[in-house]
Amino acid sequence: MSKVQAGCSKPVGQKAEEVQPEVESVTSETTKGAGIMIKAGQKAPDFTAGAYQDGAFKEVKLADYLGKWVVLCFYPGDFTFV
Amino acid sequence: MSTDSMFVHKMWEQDELSKMISAGKVLFPMLSDGGGNIGRMYGVYDEDGGVDIRGRFLIDPDGVIVGYEVLTPPVGRNVSETLRQIQAYQHVRKTGAAEVCPSGWKPGKTVLKPGPDLVGKVWEEWKVEMAFD
Repeated sequence: MSKVQAGCSKPVGQKAEEVQPEVESVTSETTKGAGIMIKAGQKAPDFTAGAYQDGAFKEVKLADYLGKWVVLCFYPGDFTFV
Repeated sequence: MSTDSMFVHKMWEQDELSKMISAGKVLFPMLSDGGGNIGRMYGVYDEDGGVDIRGRFLIDPDGVIVGYEVLTPPVGRNVSETLRQIQAYQHVRKTGAAEVCPSGWKPGKTVLKPGPDLVGKVWEEWKVEMAFD
């Protein structure tokens, strides 16, 4: 068993024989498999997502925010450092 | 929005974020993107890492993405810059694009009025120093 350095991404399980040497796992493609290409100046793809706010679980739909300015922020994970 | 569940969002707010924020709670919904489907739509899902990297999308009241920034995990964003961009886009929208915001613009700084008279004359209106804080 080897120690895993705590970082901002989640270690992902995989079949043992497919484990790559550490040096090669540093970089990764981010957009593979993406069907839609995001372009500035075009409509934001609508979605619904489960959410937590103010002590409650709820469902949020992007289209419900039409008429407002929205900052949509993705981040690697809760409890990570940056 | 992260790939964490709503349950983990709750615990993160309760155990850590509430101690950082003067309001004592997060003032916007913490969205869950289990499986990364939304991150994939926005081109920010890292299949190998199993996480959404730091994509930040500004969306106007018509639902149009006016700008975005994507950072890989180890470096955080500059929130002041995000706010500046929103203020600039709001100003442009308010004036019906009669006024636009040059590099380094902040509320109160020089705006430009695009039109034939401005062609070749930007140097008279805007100086390089104005690109910086």
